[in-house]
Amino acid sequence: MPNVEENYDVVVVGLGHAGCEAALACARMGLRTICFTVSVESIALMPCNPNIGGSSKGHLVREIDALGGEMGKNIDKTFIQSKMLNASKGPAVHSLRAQADKSDYSKSMRTVLENTDNITIRQAEVSELIVEDAAIRGVKTFSGAVYYSKAVILCTGTYLKARCIYGEVSNPTGPNGLQAANHLTDSLIENGVEMFRFKTGTPARVDGRSIDFTKMEEQFGDELVVPFSFSTDPESIQKEQVSCWLTYTNQKTHEIIRENIHRSPLFSGMIEGTGPRYCPSIEDKVVRFADKERHQVFVEPEGNYTNEMYLGGMSSSLPEDVQYAMYRTVPGLENVRIVRNAYAIEYDCINPVQLKSSLEFKNISGLFSGGQFNGSSGYEEAAAQGIIAGINAACKILGRKPLVLDRSEAYIGVLIDDLVTKENHEPYRMMTSRAEYRLLLRQDNADIRLSKYGHELGLVSDDAYHWVLKKQELIKEEVERLEHTNVGANEKTQKLLERLGSTLLKSGTTLAELIRRPEISYDDLAEIDIDRKPLRYDVIEQVNINIKYEGYISRQLKQVEHFKKLENKIIPDFINYDDISGLRKEAQQKLKKFAPRSIGQASRISGVSPADISVLLVYLEQHRR
Amino acid sequence: MIFSDDTIAAISTGTANNSGIGIIRISGKNAITIADKIFFMKKSGKSLTECKSYTIHYGNIIDEGKVIDEVLLMLMKAPNTYTRENVVEINCHGGLLVLGRVLELCVKHGARLAEPGEFTKRAFLNGRIDLSQAEAVIDLIQSKNELSMKSSMNQLNGYLADKMKEYREIILNDTSFIEAALDDPEHISLDNFSKQLSLHIDTICKGLEELIQASDNGRLIKEGINTVILGKPNAGKSSLLNLLAGNERAIVTDIPGTTRDTIEEQINLNGILINMTDTAGIRSTDDKVEAIGVDKARDCAKNADLIIYVVDSSVDLDENDKNIMEIIKDKKVIVLLNKSDLQSVVEESYIKKIIQAPIVSISTKTNDGVKEFEDILYQMFVEGKIVFNDELIITNLRQKNSLKEALKSLKLVINSIEGQMPEDFYTIDLMNAYEELGKITGDSVEEDLANQIFSKFCMGK
Repeated sequence: MPNVEENYDVVVVGLGHAGCEAALACARMGLRTICFTVSVESIALMPCNPNIGGSSKGHLVREIDALGGEMGKNIDKTFIQSKMLNASKGPAVHSLRAQADKSDYSKSMRTVLENTDNITIRQAEVSELIVEDAAIRGVKTFSGAVYYSKAVILCTGTYLKARCIYGEVSNPTGPNGLQAANHLTDSLIENGVEMFRFKTGTPARVDGRSIDFTKMEEQFGDELVVPFSFSTDPESIQKEQVSCWLTYTNQKTHEIIRENIHRSPLFSGMIEGTGPRYCPSIEDKVVRFADKERHQVFVEPEGNYTNEMYLGGMSSSLPEDVQYAMYRTVPGLENVRIVRNAYAIEYDCINPVQLKSSLEFKNISGLFSGGQFNGSSGYEEAAAQGIIAGINAACKILGRKPLVLDRSEAYIGVLIDDLVTKENHEPYRMMTSRAEYRLLLRQDNADIRLSKYGHELGLVSDDAYHWVLKKQELIKEEVERLEHTNVGANEKTQKLLERLGSTLLKSGTTLAELIRRPEISYDDLAEIDIDRKPLRYDVIEQVNINIKYEGYISRQLKQVEHFKKLENKIIPDFINYDDISGLRKEAQQKLKKFAPRSIGQASRISGVSPADISVLLVYLEQHRR
Repeated sequence: MIFSDDTIAAISTGTANNSGIGIIRISGKNAITIADKIFFMKKSGKSLTECKSYTIHYGNIIDEGKVIDEVLLMLMKAPNTYTRENVVEINCHGGLLVLGRVLELCVKHGARLAEPGEFTKRAFLNGRIDLSQAEAVIDLIQSKNELSMKSSMNQLNGYLADKMKEYREIILNDTSFIEAALDDPEHISLDNFSKQLSLHIDTICKGLEELIQASDNGRLIKEGINTVILGKPNAGKSSLLNLLAGNERAIVTDIPGTTRDTIEEQINLNGILINMTDTAGIRSTDDKVEAIGVDKARDCAKNADLIIYVVDSSVDLDENDKNIMEIIKDKKVIVLLNKSDLQSVVEESYIKKIIQAPIVSISTKTNDGVKEFEDILYQMFVEGKIVFNDELIITNLRQKNSLKEALKSLKLVINSIEGQMPEDFYTIDLMNAYEELGKITGDSVEEDLANQIFSKFCMGK
């Protein structure tokens, strides 16, 4: 019997957070895109925590939005609580986090996909890659159907040979009991791809009716909600929010865990995958941080549609009976009923150093990948890679230059550069400390940093982009005006300063100088700033930040200038490191393995010394002539 | 450092051959303006920027009003120079110490210490050297780097290394605490942390200031000829050291932290700095310890520029002596036949068969032969037979540079704290300081911070 055969521009495998962004980017760039998912009901599923954003992850969402991605818009439509984290800290680490209605989030994203031209959704398991002459030709599904395409984007998340484990029980399924993808790994290995096995975990979901919330501290959302998307009108999303709840483990909890630790698959050796150190299971915390008397437990609603609650901080792979016993020692959870067990999940992913910065495989032309498949963790990290993989697959087909964001432009740049240049041996999580230039990479200026790329690619509308240009102009003018507006030490000014608890003036100064004082902001000076014109809140925010932190910002700009010099020295594809006699052996091997795109990237590979970089520079110059 | 538009400086002559003249070379966009800040032209008092290319000028190098050296300065303007950049060469008269100070002045006024082979690299990258020489440039960079790395690490003294380790650990701890709190604000609070941080930074700043001062006095690095006194117990090693050190002419300094099992003295003989190490630890009471003694001698000899082998000429040579001679036969050695005031039983010709070295009869008791020994030592130095590692002074400068940079960064943290900046601003400068201090010990940053955060702090989810 003949098999189904179809032709597309792009195949996207997996419709989690990476796959959705990848598919949307391709389709919006005009390419006929078919997306495969093991279950249409699991599109944009949030199988773990019920929130989007958080420290540094909120930055990623803003950047995805600035490039024309969907995540920010989708969470703005479906959030049930929102909070700006680190609001008392500097602007670089302010980070938005919103609790999502999981079901709404997933449905809303599905609606967007289903209403985007050029997207075809197909429920099927992709089991084989079709590769000819080191270039991708398409994929084959388990049923034998063949889909030819010019590019394939793999976003398989945690589904490859997935196995869920708690205690002695192990299920060969993906998250939430969904069907695992058991065949693609073999095809990847056949095509010379190096695989890793990683592990992660999730806590139990419990019945909200069985919780005594009076024993917990209530955690409210912010009074004024800030949207994720630059395109969302803040007015439109002010709404009633739900609360989260905080409680704590105690010595009794820890005792139960310690007594049963031998039954944990992590400690018994049943799990071989490498787990992330930054989100340890509760048993891991109790063992590794033995001196801590208690750990926080955040009880978060899974959505408005359900009374299921997520027990943040208590992910576990202990057996069912132990889970019950330990959860019930926590104040408020004495009578708790579990709806879904906590579990650990093991899955196959790739060693991401096999990828270029464009997220295309170095050795298989036209094959791209994103998300947990690349060894990262987190919805936001996945979406960020997804949009880049999608854009670059499209660029490749359209004969355009790939979009590579560098470390000085975006968290996305840091994320991908880390993945492809560092030997990662655990799921990679974004952190603000990973960004060297984080003062410049703020969540508040992602549009200014990245809209130009989104616009060039056709993912950001003309209107949106023109506003960003206008905004930059307004910011510049206003900063200039404040720098040059003098204020005398007159009575009106002194009175205002006194009221603000600030030192009185001895002689005249500028408005900008006053804004630089930690206790004074732009808004405070309205009454002595007579020429002030009304400006939008987001312009004022930028003006305030640019003036207040000017010294620090200009220092980082200088560092970036240096950084860019090496980043812009591109290493040609035809370079043969074996020919460069002056390189040390170790450097030669590392450079061959990583095939860095620029001298800058080469300098970040461990085992490549500054002297090796000098040698490379001389060699490149020799070839240039 | 690989950026090619900054200005670099280095001692470009070998410093070993005591020729009396050494050259500092400065290359880069700001070479001339930097030179202008430290050079004062005699007679005319003109500024170098007003002078023509390819001219030589006579004047003084001045630091804060004090004359450091009287020099000839050669001015070469881009592009017709070795590196195709502005180049200034300063011909100094003083020895290594003076060269070091002039180089340091250049750095103080904005130059950066050149990497090994960097002038040649620039010459190549700027198209001055032709392609056939590229391979040679590559080899030069790599070999010089290895040499310099090796010698810098060798010269790092224990006290400094320990301090760096201690400071870096404090900085990393505090930084990772702040970062962990920023990443997981609901689990970790930074309330009142800046007070504790201020205390830590104050302590480190004080320590760094002391170290910088110490390096000003040349106490951090043992500049001079590393000389080891070897010999059996009772041969008169310590007496020799006391004799030389106790002399009116000798300047003796303790170098804190560098003395382990050995005693070290810095001695100035006729203007030549000598670091004397007395291997007092070598004792041979029984066979076992003797073996250790031989090992130690081997160890000391390995890093020495010069070995003074003291023989008790009043007793017969034995196995110990043969072992010692075997170890040192390929090194620069002066043999002292001590106790010339007693009946000699040791034959000079026997020693000569094993080691090629000047032999001097001496008595540490009567001072006989001491003058002759000093003359021979001086002669060897002048003739260039004993050389010492010219990387030392560079190492010293580099270390000091890093100490100063680290101090500067920490002061910025203090400023941020006092200016009530939010905590995330601290870590930028904290990590800069951490990196600078790491340069001294040769440790890189890489994943330190992330690792520390994960291992020390219990993060959420």
